[in-house]
Amino acid sequence: MTSKPLFRVLAPRAPAVADATVQIWFNDQPLAVPGGRSVAAALLAAGVQRFRATPVTGAARAPYCMMGACFECLVEIDGVPSRQSCMVTVQDGMRIHSQEGARDLPFEPSHVSEENAHGR
Amino acid sequence: MRGHTAESPDVLVVGGGLVGTAVAYGLAREGARVTVLDEGDGGFRASRGNFGLVWVQGKGYGLSPYARWSRSSAQRWPALAAALLEDSGVDVSLRQPGGFHLCFSDEELAEREKRLSTLQAELGGDYPYQLLDAKALRERLPAVGPAVVGASYTPMDGHVNPLKLLRALHQSMQRRGVTLIGSSQISRIAPEAGGFAAHGKLGVWRAPRIVLAAGLGNRALAPQLGLHAPVAPNRGQILVSERVAPFLHYPTINVRQTDEGSVQFGDSMEEVGFNDFTTTDVLSTIARRGVRAFPLLKEVRLVRMWAALRVYSPDGFPIYEQSSQYPGAFVVTCHSGVTLAAAHALRVAPWIAGGAMPDELDAFPGGRFRAAGQILSHA
Repeated sequence: MTSKPLFRVLAPRAPAVADATVQIWFNDQPLAVPGGRSVAAALLAAGVQRFRATPVTGAARAPYCMMGACFECLVEIDGVPSRQSCMVTVQDGMRIHSQEGARDLPFEPSHVSEENAHGR
Repeated sequence: MRGHTAESPDVLVVGGGLVGTAVAYGLAREGARVTVLDEGDGGFRASRGNFGLVWVQGKGYGLSPYARWSRSSAQRWPALAAALLEDSGVDVSLRQPGGFHLCFSDEELAEREKRLSTLQAELGGDYPYQLLDAKALRERLPAVGPAVVGASYTPMDGHVNPLKLLRALHQSMQRRGVTLIGSSQISRIAPEAGGFAAHGKLGVWRAPRIVLAAGLGNRALAPQLGLHAPVAPNRGQILVSERVAPFLHYPTINVRQTDEGSVQFGDSMEEVGFNDFTTTDVLSTIARRGVRAFPLLKEVRLVRMWAALRVYSPDGFPIYEQSSQYPGAFVVTCHSGVTLAAAHALRVAPWIAGGAMPDELDAFPGGRFRAAGQILSHA
């Protein structure tokens, strides 16, 4: 399976205000991307092809449906793993990482999680 | 492979779910020519909605032959999985590391002990299990939460990928010459000279033997062959999470992690008729119980949910019977098509092909419900 993008940016007729450039980081590299769109659309517009590696085979994947159904566009956004990048609007300063396989689980020994629950 | 023709099967199997295809696959291994008649996409298809456990512990309380029968199937499961891999190339991801039933109260734990010790005694001691307190359980399953007071464990339990199982059975039976007819709901079955005629939308099929494995459809078909299968729908709802790093290496009765990382939550039971929709209240109860069991799942995203209808008999146990009125007609129906797949392929099929009935099956005639109905009608 290829992760070559299935989507391309159509040239706007006039510069749109919503498309003002925002600054983000992808895998710790600074990236200037067009704003006013989803993280997935912004990364594609910036030329990112590999969004994640699958948990089962490690194959590279990129957005497929762009409407929240296929889960191919998963990335880590600001420390939250496995987010659907097509469903999140890109924001200035976002720190994004490719989702490498299955997300980790924050393991807390059970007595700690109980204290947390009582502390809320 | 022998050349079989669809026109002259030895056996018709009505139903292309896990039960029908396991029986058909086993019959093909016995050398029988088989045609499977599958209802089509309008069917309720419990085989596409189940949880995927190969489960023994606790089953058969009140009817110990069911415990023996389930255990005999679990013991034959490795042979079935190996045969399916050889015939279809599909690895059904069978894992049998033993399973846990988590308990959230001392009463629940005491009830487990009563149930499992009774079953162990009824099976002459051949029924290994352990009861674990909270400390012992945490050594085995470090991720369990503080609400879990203990668990029962048996080495007899396991799990499998149920969708791959259905695909493997379909492919394996066809590679062994079984003919699969889709979209062929059977509305009427007529005994006739030399066998049976099954009438469906697409035509009429005939064979000297016939097996009713039509799930909830058996209720209406069985009386036409002198059989009794008063099964009714019992709804189960399931939640599935995104794939996460491995944290749970054993199945539990209500939470399991698949070999590919998804977490499944389930174990609801509702009697709501032919309604296979999901409901928020039941799903939230399932999710809450799952997070109480394993608090590290609280931030995990759920990606799918569904409901499916178990094929439930009045006492919850299976029905296996050959018609005494019309020999050659059989009914095979249960709500554990995954656990019992090995028994269906490797023990029920040889019986249908003409061998002796497996001993355990004496306990499961459909007529037991007829008797109960008479008592009730006199009450």
